[in-house]
Amino acid sequence: MSMKTELGKVRGLGSAHDGTEHFRMQRLTAVSNFPLAIYLVYFIVAHVGHSRQAVLTSAKNPFCAIALSLAVISTFWHMKLGIQMVIEDYVHGTAKKLMALLLNTFFAFALAALALFAILKMNFGV
Amino acid sequence: MVAFTLPQNSKIQQGKVHAMPAGSNIRSFKIYRWNPDDGKNPQVDTYHVNMDECGPMVLDALIKIKNEQDATLTFRRSCREGICGSCAMNIDGTNTLACLKSCDEVKGAVRIYPLPHLPVVKDLVPDLTRFYAQHRSIEPWLKTTTPTPQAEWKQSVEERALLDGLYECILCACCSTSCPSYWWNGDRYLGPAVLLQAYRWLIDSRDEATGERLDNLEDPFRLYRCHTIMNCAKACPKGLSPAKAIAEIKMMMVERRG
Repeated sequence: MSMKTELGKVRGLGSAHDGTEHFRMQRLTAVSNFPLAIYLVYFIVAHVGHSRQAVLTSAKNPFCAIALSLAVISTFWHMKLGIQMVIEDYVHGTAKKLMALLLNTFFAFALAALALFAILKMNFGV
Repeated sequence: MVAFTLPQNSKIQQGKVHAMPAGSNIRSFKIYRWNPDDGKNPQVDTYHVNMDECGPMVLDALIKIKNEQDATLTFRRSCREGICGSCAMNIDGTNTLACLKSCDEVKGAVRIYPLPHLPVVKDLVPDLTRFYAQHRSIEPWLKTTTPTPQAEWKQSVEERALLDGLYECILCACCSTSCPSYWWNGDRYLGPAVLLQAYRWLIDSRDEATGERLDNLEDPFRLYRCHTIMNCAKACPKGLSPAKAIAEIKMMMVERRG
């Protein structure tokens, strides 16, 4: 039971003066995902049935390596922003929400690091 | 977490079926009933109305039922012509004004429920206290620093035209209560109706507090819970588009960042 006025509840802790950057980056990564994801799919389809050596040779091409790295960064960034939005929508309760947001950030960075490491290894590894 | 099922005491039960009147043009109305004083779950009562003796709108039928069959049926109504916004309710699955919804538009029994996801006061009367507080929170009045002119604040024809599609909003709450984001986060998200009103003051050429207004709206919950679901534009009985107004606010937010 709270005797707080409705206006007091609505004003709450005030505006966070935040959210526009999230909104902007979500659209920016959506635009960059478009060509990069097409390239990623093209790269995979073009190498179906090829040997590991052939894939390595293509991946060592600077254009391929950079395009694949950008695709990884752009898609995982977009994923992180999107899942963050879903969590904010549906997970209520400060502690639960903060934990879910933390796990989401860790998850996105871990996957992106793994993918970038694989690209680096194909280029510079043995 | 979000609740996807109703709590035990809110589960809707089969209610009374009222007597069939004489006549050949009979329509059924299945109406949500809940009384805060009897401790029972909500129920859906069935009424029958002879449409040959009744006006064409759903509100006409509700008034006829209340006058002739069941005086305990509770709903809000005032102007009966789509200007006051009192008779907003969920008819045939869509939020709309009972006075603007023709019974002929509905196939089969006319199902009438209160606006979704608001506390119910009784029957078809929802508690709009928070909705009004949210409207109050965007300070819906002209804010100026320049000394008030002798006669009036002037506005060009083009500047005035910017308010078309916004000033017509009657704050009936059909849009806000049709919005899933407002259902799940109505305590922090302002909702489509209030954001449309906020935009109405943001683009008013006479207002001098645009930046301050944007500051107050720039929040992941107050504004950015809108995911362009568009239920608001679909529900609006006045044919307005709160979704477009919200998109314009987001554009202003991006624009002022340079």
